[in-house]
Parts: sequence; structure tokens; C-alpha cells
Amino acid sequence: MSDASKTIVLEARGITKRFPGVLANDRVDLTLHKGEILALLGENGAGKSTLMNMLYGLYHPDEGEIWIKGEKVALKNPRDAIDRGIGMVHQHFQLVPVMTVAENVMLGSEVTRGAGYLDVREAERQVRKLSQQYGLEVDPTAVVEDLPVGTQQRVEIIKALYRHADVLILDEPTAVLTPQEAQELFRIMRDLTNQGVSIIFITHKLKEVLAVSDRIGVLRAGQYVGTADPKTATEASLAEMMVGRKVILQVEKAPAQPGEAVLQVKSLYVKDDRGQTAVAGIDLTVHAGEILGIAGVQGNGQRELVEALTGIRPIEEGQVTIAGQDSTHFTPRKNTELGVAHIPEDREKHGLVMAYSLADNMVLNNYYQKPYASGIVMHNDAIYAHGVQLVEQFDVRTPSVMTPASNLSGGNKQKVIVAREFSRPTKLLIAAQPTRGIDVGSIEFIHKQIVAQRDEGVAVLLVSAELDEVLGLADRVAVMFDGRIVKTLPITEATRERVGLLMAGSEA
Amino acid sequence: MESSLNVNNWLRRYGFLSGVLVIAFVIIVWRYAVDPQVTTAVLASTLRQSTPLVLGALCGLLGERSGVVNIGIEGQMLLAAFIGFLASVYTGNLALAIAAGMLTGALMGLLLAFMSVTLKMDQIIGGTVINILAIGLTGYFYTAGLTTQGKLQPIPLGPLADIPLFGRVFFNNPPITYATLILVMVVHYVLFFTRWGLRTRAVGEHPSAADTVGINVFTIRYVNVIIGGAIAGLAGAYLSLEAVGSFERLMTNGRGFVALAVMLFGKRTPLGSWGAALLFGFASALQTQLQFGGEIEIPHQFIGMLPYLLTILVLAGFVGRTRDPKALGQPYETE
Repeated sequence: MSDASKTIVLEARGITKRFPGVLANDRVDLTLHKGEILALLGENGAGKSTLMNMLYGLYHPDEGEIWIKGEKVALKNPRDAIDRGIGMVHQHFQLVPVMTVAENVMLGSEVTRGAGYLDVREAERQVRKLSQQYGLEVDPTAVVEDLPVGTQQRVEIIKALYRHADVLILDEPTAVLTPQEAQELFRIMRDLTNQGVSIIFITHKLKEVLAVSDRIGVLRAGQYVGTADPKTATEASLAEMMVGRKVILQVEKAPAQPGEAVLQVKSLYVKDDRGQTAVAGIDLTVHAGEILGIAGVQGNGQRELVEALTGIRPIEEGQVTIAGQDSTHFTPRKNTELGVAHIPEDREKHGLVMAYSLADNMVLNNYYQKPYASGIVMHNDAIYAHGVQLVEQFDVRTPSVMTPASNLSGGNKQKVIVAREFSRPTKLLIAAQPTRGIDVGSIEFIHKQIVAQRDEGVAVLLVSAELDEVLGLADRVAVMFDGRIVKTLPITEATRERVGLLMAGSEA
Repeated sequence: MESSLNVNNWLRRYGFLSGVLVIAFVIIVWRYAVDPQVTTAVLASTLRQSTPLVLGALCGLLGERSGVVNIGIEGQMLLAAFIGFLASVYTGNLALAIAAGMLTGALMGLLLAFMSVTLKMDQIIGGTVINILAIGLTGYFYTAGLTTQGKLQPIPLGPLADIPLFGRVFFNNPPITYATLILVMVVHYVLFFTRWGLRTRAVGEHPSAADTVGINVFTIRYVNVIIGGAIAGLAGAYLSLEAVGSFERLMTNGRGFVALAVMLFGKRTPLGSWGAALLFGFASALQTQLQFGGEIEIPHQFIGMLPYLLTILVLAGFVGRTRDPKALGQPYETE
């Protein structure tokens, strides 16, 4: 970076923040230079979001100082931070879905005439101007809920720029994006820094950090453990800094020993929520002791396929056989009793009951069986004991098993689901996006568990939008495009390039 | 091309509404030609019957748009009617009495806001507390035999009031009825065209989005619920000071709840609520006319059901189709 970039625009000195029972930030120092992209790397719960929320005035540090553009500040609320040019794009978008882009952008800093009359035209004009200046394509009159996620994120960025932000904090911006949308975001980030904006980019995806940042800061357990240079750092070295020990990014596994066919699918047709055919004639077989990975860009029918196989979505045509039984029209419970384990794509919607305790969540699909119940009477002590045992066995980080699932981090929520599904005898595991949005340590753990299941003779169907995950775990790779399986390859023939081309719909 | 598209859009948005209006207009003119006196009476009565309903609905929608359910409208009206009446009895000043009623409603709104925003209580329970409180207080302090100097009288608006039918209906009303028509327009303007309205709707849909851009969610909710309370208080004042001229136990007679149906039928918009309130008002007016007219041989109990039957039909048929504000009924928690 050039000399001008040496100006410090934001500095945190010795920031400490305690929550009841947790030291979230422990004397953290952080500097951000003008026009740079600083990646802030850390596992879930390392204190990244806490630190950023303090820089944005949502939390207040217990100790330490925040300096913005050479001035020591006490940020009482987001308003103070906004006034000093700090903008934040939250992981969960802070947009009102039923309002237009322009209304969302101006909310809180409205353009008005006379007695508070909203000048929507002027707001739209300003949004257009900003979107041209920074290459953020968006229609100011569109209603936010009709926009794809990537565009909504652009609206969030425009929202910050509209408030004259020159320091942008992006909290896990790629967690919700497709790989293509993420590439587009990186281009936008580059454009912004070229125009003098400084960016703090929070993530736990190592590849992205190396691709886009100028400097990398690593947080671990509330402490700032060091700064890395993306030119010299590697994924392995960053992962080690993050987790504090060596991390095996590539799962070690022996060649598969496939047994008899456990899951057989014959010319399956399934419709999506809008009644369109989403799965258009799929045939596939998964054998005991092997992992069949399904690769594909999201939205090519993977979700509908998984839901149909687990009994959540009705099957229009075709036949599904699981462990020798025709399960085409089985309910989810019948499938479970047949020995199907399911890690759903959306853990908060379909995997857990957020308000229930961990112990209750861990018996969600067999609570009605002994020893958890006899007749209509629940045996809470048995459920509790079961929960305690699984928390221990699957290394779920939680204050207690009576904690509501909603209080856990993403990685720990996923571990609860894995614990529940893997703790009973299963023949078939259907795992959809099993590691989406969770930290490296948890990913490593869950990958090991999936391979362990395979080695015990479970047939595994793995659906993932992360190509690396599919290539790392699967024994065979099936590529899905437009509701069909275009090709199934043994892992030895599935190179990144070949699978990538197939995912894009071109025959290879 | 462009203009035909616009016509299409216009028809899709307003076609149904315009159709209904045209049919209603034709029927009104026809009835007027047949029997001018009864038609004028029914329409004037429609407007007056609709007044407390539309005021109640405005109170409800201000709260709900900001995310606070108010089922205590009934209680707010009742207590305001009572206090307004007492003020009229002891001061003899009707303007002061109206102010007392509105202040009462506003204080009840403050109570609801305190319970649901600050204490984060269940909002249905909060509303119920208000309803029970109002019934209890008015029942306990009511003494029979209190009388006032009179009630609010119609003010004809000069020559406008002499226009046949419409002049008689719209321009010859007592003050609160006029005030209601103005309030509908004002609330509509504020809610959809001003900064305050944008913030109110944002708070009702996505409070944390509002919070992160520096909008105080609590203030927005408090102020909307309190202003709503004052408007419900005006509805109470209407009942005791304008419509009847005295107070009776439970004189609101469920209007606060019908107002909620009106609000839902009007999709939480002031203009929509006004239209819905006119429909309900018309049902009431028709019911009265049919009972006194005695032309039709239907037992009066059945005719009396008309407004309530309409409420049930509306609630059953339309409520599921309205889209609630996302944060409706949820207290806002800052972490």
C-alpha cells in the first residue's frame, strides 16, 4: 500500500469487555489504516463481533480507549459512531423487508422538506449517485424483500456510505453469499478502498482472508494473538493462530469399503415451494460405508432432494428405497425409525427448537421412546443424563444442558444436531451443508465424525455448496445441475476444474 | 404503451375500490330519489356511528404500526367517556371535558406503553389490564343522577350544509365528527409521508434495524401508543359528550373491539379503516332504521345482529389475509 495509507483512522487500545461469566475481550489493541482492508479472523466466540459492536457504539468497553481519526471518543450509541464516519454491515441484515431500498437507506437520516415531509425522489437520486460512484448496482425503488441476498448486502453498504462512512465494518459478509456473490463483494471492497474507504472484514474463512485483505489480525478467546501478512501467511498457519493448535484442514481417511446399497433412488421428481419441478428425474445409489457427495451451486434442487428423501417434502414420482424398504411415502418419523439420520441445511429452522434446552433438543426425534418416556409420561432425568453425556462426548461448549439452544454459537448448535443424530444406531446419514457458517475447529470435528460414521458402515449422502468440503470428504461425487445429476465421478477423477465445469452446466 | 400500462396498474390497484364506490354512489342516488328523508337520515347516522370506530381504529393502528398490540382500546374509550362526562358535569365546559377525555386516554396509553415497552409484559395481558381497570373504575365511581348542561351540537358549515344529501351528511355535524374526518387525513399523511411515519413503520417491522441507525425504538413506541390513547380518549368523549350527552355503565358496548376489526379490515391504514368504519357504521344505521321503520317483518333481534354478524364475517374472511407488522407484539430487547 502507498504511504498515504499509513494514516491511522481507527485505533482500539487495551479494550476489555466482560459479560456475565465471560471475558469477551481481553486488552485488545487494534489499528486500522486509511484505505486498507483489515481482516479480523477468529473462531466463533473469539470476541470479533463484541469488539466491532463496541467500535459501533452498541456496547461500551469496560476498559480501554477508542481513537477515531486521532481523537479519543466515547461512543454512547450507534448515532455517535455514525457521526464519526463509522458504518457497519451486520451479519443479519438490518433492513426493513417491506420498504424500498431508498426508504431503507434514508431511515434515521431522512431527506425531508417542510414539516417532516419525506423527499423520496431526492433519496432515490442520492442512492443512484452512490451506486454509480462505487459500482454498487441496485434499484432504489425496489422493495428489499424482493431482492437477492447479495443485493441486500449492497443496500447495507450504500446505507453506510449514505451516512458518509469512511470506515466500514463488515461482519461475516460472505456467510450468506454464493461464491459468485462473494467475488462481486470483493471487487466492491477493492473499489471502496481505492476511493479512500477503510474496511474491517470479519470472517473465519481462511481462503477469503488471503484473497482480499491487506493485513490480517487474529483474535482468540478474547485476546488479540497477532497480525499476519497475507503475502506470507498460509491457510494452515492462520488456522493454527486462530485455534491455538495445529488444525487438520484436510480430513484423513482410508479408502472406502463400500458394502451393499442402503439408499436407492429411482427417477425421482420433486416440486419446490412454488410448485415448479425442482428435482427432475434423479437416480442414485449410496452404499454402506461410503460417502456420496453432491456438489452443485445452490438452488439446483439439492434442498428439495434432501427434503424428499427425509420425508419432509412429498415425492411426485419415482421410488426411494432405504435399507431394503420402500420409503417413498414415509413420514420423517418412520424414516428416523428406519435408521435415517438427518443434518438439515437450516439448523435454526429445521434442526433445533431454539427455545428448548439442549437436553430436550437432543431427544427431539426419539423422546417418545424408552428410556425417555413411558406412555405419555416423560422421564426428564433420563433426558438430562443423555444430554450431559452427549455434551461431554461431542464437546459442545455450553454452560449447562438446560441452556436454551438459542444461546449457543453456530458451531455448537451444529454439534448438538450432530450429537443427536449420531448417538443412535443409523444406516443412512443425510447431511446437508453440515458445516455452513461455523468455525474451523467445529468443522474439523464434524468432518471427523462424518468419516467415523462412514467407517462404521453408515451410508452417507453429503450435500454441500462448498466444493472443498465435497472433494475433501466424498468417495464419489455426483454433480447436480438444474434438478438432475449430470455426472457421478469417483473421487480420484473429480478434480476441482472438472467438477466446477459440471456445476456450471457444461458437460465434461 | 406506457399509458396503457399505467391504466392497467391503476385498475389493478384501485379497480375494485372504484367499482365499489361507483355502485355505492348509484345506490345512494337511487335511494335518495325514492325516499330523500330516510336516505339522508341513514347516511348521517352511518357517519356518526362510524366516528368512534374509526377513532378506535386509528388508536389501534398507531400502536400496531410501531409494534404494540392494543386491545385496551375499549377500556381507554370507556374511562375517557367517564372522565370527560365528569369534567362536563363539574365544570360545565364541554371543550375542557373533551380535553379531559383525551388526557385520560393518553394516560391509559402511557400505562399500556409502560407495561409493554418498559416492563416488556405480554401485550394482550397489558390491554386486558386496561380494560378491566376501566370497567372497575367507572363501575365503582359512577353515581346515578348526574346531569350535564347539554351535549355537543351540530355546527352547520354555512351554505355547504344546504347541499342536498351530501351537505346534510358531511357539513352539518358536531365537532368531534369533523375532527375525526380531519384526523383520518392527518394520520394518513403522518404515517406514510413523513419522517415520523417512516420511523414508526420501521420500528414495527424491524426494530433492531431502526436501532442500528440511531432511532430510539422505545421513544417511538411510547409516543405512538400515547397519541393513540389520546385518540381513543376522543372516541370516549364522542360517546358521552356528543352522541349521548350522559354516561352509562359499559356504554362503549364493545366498540373498542369492533374498532380492532375495523383496523384489520382497513389493513392498518387510516383511509382503509375509515372505509371499513363506514361499512360498520352503515350496518348499525341500517339496523336502527329497520327496527324503527317497521317495514320488514323480521324479529328485531335478528336485525340487531347485523353489525356483529359483519364483524364476524370480516374477521373470518379478511384477517388471515392482512400482513402483520413483523415485530407486532414483541417487546424490543437491547442486548
